[in-house]
Amino acid sequence: MNDMVAIYALVALLCIPLGLYMAKALSVHPGQIDTIFGVIEKPIYRLAGINSQQTMTWQAYAVAILKLHVGLVLLAWFVFMFQGVLPLNPDGIPGMRWDTALHTAVSFATNTNQQHYSGQAQLSHLSQTFAIVTLQFLTPATGLAVLIAIARTLLMAKPRGLIKGVGNYYHDLTRTVVRVLLPLAAVVALLLTWQGVPASYQAAHQIDMLDPQVEEVQSIPVGPVASMVAIKQLGTNGGGWYGPNSSVPLENPTPLANVIETASLTLIPIALLIAIAVMTGRRRLMVGIGCVMLAFSLVSTSLVVYSERMPNPAFAELAQTAGNLEGKELRFGTDLSALWGSWTTQTSNGSVNAMHDSFNPLGGMVLLMDMFVNVTFGGIGVGLIGFFLYLMLAAFVGSLMVGRAPELLGKPLETREIRWISLAILAQPLIILGLSALTVALPSAAQISNPGFHGLSQVLYEFTSAFANNGSGFEGLGDGTLWWNLTCVVALLIGRFLPMLVPLAVAGWLAVKRTAPTGRGTLPVDSPAFMGLTAGVIVIVNLLGFLPVLVLGPIAEAVVQGF
Amino acid sequence: MNMPHQITDQDEELHEQELQNKASWSSALRFMAVMAILLGLVYPFVTTSLGGWLFPDQAQGSLIRDTSGQVVGSRLVSQTFVRDEYFIGRPSAAGNDAGGVSGSNLAPSNQALRERVQTEATAIAQREGVSVEQIPIDLIAASGSGIDPHISLPAAELQVARVAQAREIDEASVTELINQALENTGWLGSPVVNVLRLNVSLDERFPAATTTSSVTPVE
Repeated sequence: MNDMVAIYALVALLCIPLGLYMAKALSVHPGQIDTIFGVIEKPIYRLAGINSQQTMTWQAYAVAILKLHVGLVLLAWFVFMFQGVLPLNPDGIPGMRWDTALHTAVSFATNTNQQHYSGQAQLSHLSQTFAIVTLQFLTPATGLAVLIAIARTLLMAKPRGLIKGVGNYYHDLTRTVVRVLLPLAAVVALLLTWQGVPASYQAAHQIDMLDPQVEEVQSIPVGPVASMVAIKQLGTNGGGWYGPNSSVPLENPTPLANVIETASLTLIPIALLIAIAVMTGRRRLMVGIGCVMLAFSLVSTSLVVYSERMPNPAFAELAQTAGNLEGKELRFGTDLSALWGSWTTQTSNGSVNAMHDSFNPLGGMVLLMDMFVNVTFGGIGVGLIGFFLYLMLAAFVGSLMVGRAPELLGKPLETREIRWISLAILAQPLIILGLSALTVALPSAAQISNPGFHGLSQVLYEFTSAFANNGSGFEGLGDGTLWWNLTCVVALLIGRFLPMLVPLAVAGWLAVKRTAPTGRGTLPVDSPAFMGLTAGVIVIVNLLGFLPVLVLGPIAEAVVQGF
Repeated sequence: MNMPHQITDQDEELHEQELQNKASWSSALRFMAVMAILLGLVYPFVTTSLGGWLFPDQAQGSLIRDTSGQVVGSRLVSQTFVRDEYFIGRPSAAGNDAGGVSGSNLAPSNQALRERVQTEATAIAQREGVSVEQIPIDLIAASGSGIDPHISLPAAELQVARVAQAREIDEASVTELINQALENTGWLGSPVVNVLRLNVSLDERFPAATTTSSVTPVE
């Protein structure tokens, strides 16, 4: 209980100063912060040959994102495949198979960090740092950059004149990395090292066991783990050093480390609400959005905590009655595992401190629903962007309900905008359900490890996690196959770039339209009623899309188990 | 009031410039190279070196040494214990191998989980001379990592009689060592027993017992 209080209190205390700091550090007015961080930023712009002051059209901004990401995927793919002959490989780990390497590269380049491998055994120190840590910084920063571009194009409470450019991608990206992510990650990395997360470039320790009856020697892999775990938690990344992520004591050693890592899950996504409120002047709107997100979050977390306090039926009458401890670490127990599980699926992080595959059916279902919604705080930048997508849909629905021409913030929403918004929203059930159906139809492709209804949940979870750019999994699934690697790559790419770039495009299109003066016919987007409508749209769209498959998976499993 | 204006002020200045409507490959690739060096090499190196210098013990994996200075394991990694002289830890889907860490990933509805639990509960009940309903759940539920170093206090107490008997010592001195191996006794977390630390201290305090069957030299 103390831990739970400490985690909520830490986030509540830190999100406001961090939000205010981000608003200041990421706005473009020159100030003292510029002088300090200019020491690092100016050489970056100079070496990269970038004029950071030149503003881009939304098309150029989007193309810059895509070109950088093509480069990043190719770089990471190359490093993973040839890590065997590259330096910083003290454990002599061979190169990855081409398809697993491709999946891993795409997975990390989309801020997903879905892992079809076990890091401590299959990645060299070079892969874990040069390829993965680089992506773990640049991908959340990209989400944040796009959010700021949308905010300054569409959301300014008092815009002066028409805005044609959306900003400079490299400028937004560099500032986010240098001013926000790097300092935070460095502090968290040192705190975690203090608590026992390894920080070393040595090879694995080989230790003679105390009771050498079964195995005589134990291998303990170490590495520059703390530096990765810090940005993994802060950057809504989720891909850990060790296979079972932060359930591993070397990655999450103590209750205090768990408090720090859990708070890091939601810290930046929540602070961003404050930052955007300050930057745009739309305080009521952001408070409304924050309330909807908080309500979703509390409902989800309560349900998962309740679910995991219930006994696991497989242990009935074979032990003292207790909560579901299968797949959970004793130093965390069921509550802290449930809290982490719900937060990691809400924020699109995907790190875990317990095995979701062994959660009770209700808990597993709520984790799935968190990822369907994916805007309960959501990934850095993309959480709010996704919320805006739903907001646009709600504005369309709401305008029609009151008999007005659809508009958002005084700008008319026309066929082109609504068509793309609908596509971005409908792509999710289409891809997730389509690929799941295809996979279970091919008997050899699915590689399900738990029979019955739970098997369908495993397949569904994998594609949902990929599309939501979450990265957690029902890890019993045998997902290291060509089929899984390639199908997930499709879900990863569409799930990342469509819901991110469509709102950017819509913002660009709306920005050049004339603003209608505010009047009685204006849809008040910051009213409680409209927020209620938006929440309703989110719930209904997801229920319509996914209720049938939930009935076939976790709900059927729960009914069979008797709760 | 000035904050919202900061962006628009700048935007107005930007309007006077040419808008950039193309993004080149060369900036993307050069930017990537610079960032990969900064974030993928410099940042990990600086934080790892600093962490290793400030916290040398933790940075190397929190290794435990016996009185002779020999490394016997890590405080953060469980080991497999079989003999009656030792406390046993939680079931591990990974055989307590830190190189192959894993949970069981068995769903509650999976018959294989029920069967595993049945086998383990029966074995423990027999070994400790209790009925299955008395077994604390952590002794038969596999951990998430497969290397959970802890068991609960009741799970340790359940094993005291057997360990004391095997080592031919009184139960009170075993209980005393359990209390010394308690961790997370502060404001955060709840108290748990570190099994490896407990077993190491047993061997140190009562080394005679180990001469009977162990010290089988490796190779």
